[in-house]
Amino acid sequence: MRSRAKTDSAVVGDALGVGFAVGLSGFAFGVTSAGAGLTLAQTCALSLLVFTGASQFALVGALAAGGNPLAAAAGAFFLGVRNTFYGLRLSQLLALPRLVRPLAAQAVIDETAAVALAQPTRRRARIGFTVTGLTLYVLWNLTTLLGALGAEAIGDTNAWGLDAAGPAVFLALLGPMLRTATERLVAGLAVLLGLGLLPVLPGGVTVLVAALAAPLVLFLKGRGERRTHIPKEDVR
Amino acid sequence: MSVWIAILATAAGCYFAKLLGLLVPATALERPLVQKLAALLPVALLAALTAQQTFATGQHLVLDARAAGLVAAAVALVLRAPFLVVVGAAVAVTAGARVLGG
Repeated sequence: MRSRAKTDSAVVGDALGVGFAVGLSGFAFGVTSAGAGLTLAQTCALSLLVFTGASQFALVGALAAGGNPLAAAAGAFFLGVRNTFYGLRLSQLLALPRLVRPLAAQAVIDETAAVALAQPTRRRARIGFTVTGLTLYVLWNLTTLLGALGAEAIGDTNAWGLDAAGPAVFLALLGPMLRTATERLVAGLAVLLGLGLLPVLPGGVTVLVAALAAPLVLFLKGRGERRTHIPKEDVR
Repeated sequence: MSVWIAILATAAGCYFAKLLGLLVPATALERPLVQKLAALLPVALLAALTAQQTFATGQHLVLDARAAGLVAAAVALVLRAPFLVVVGAAVAVTAGARVLGG
């Protein structure tokens, strides 16, 4: 039992570490959101209800740029769709009772998935998921509140460089995803579409059009592979 | 008011996206094409958002202090700095560039 207690405390340590580090960046979100012109209540509602950082930054960024609210919400939603796939993998790993799932769902995000999926046993995955989720939820909301209050106190948030926090968060999330040429191609194309169409399309819509880089690259890759595969089958 | 609508729509959409993963049978979304698209969609969205929030103000393309901040964040990322350091570097360098730029 001693070894079990030891591994349990190790996973709790990992979970608390991730929870604290990312929870603190809620401060950056609070400041960004207040700087984008959202009220204290709106900023806190986003962290309490949406609770998935990239979507929150995307929404306030799009609203600040004067985008259509529904297009802004659509962009934020599409970013949140990746959580569905975390949920699929976590569902098998954690084997949660049906009644717990609606509550646990709110905690299905990048960080909890990363911690839980790294554990070797169901028991440790459950501990990792729960501790990371609770730590993050409490800290993310507290630091959001502090950030929003702080932004009101310091006035011009851009003078402090805080308008760079949003894109830096996106870049930090994006970096580890750029593993192969396919991902880099999608990212490059999305940047070109996102910037190139910005002056001609309504704000917020360009991000959605840029998202088409993903199916487009997959389609072109699929065609390329089929073309190289057919001759081999002919030979056979 | 329209801001609240956007907030509630985002909250509802993101919550159901999370819940869906826990409720549906795993086989439903495990087709290789769906999986690949799901992995690439965030890449496209994050890349476009990073670019727009660095190089645009409203609908105008601009090159300002944020670009320096983003370079700092990229360097920190390559050096495998923790998440908070990456964001902190971007904020500090952007603020510094604004001071130097007048």
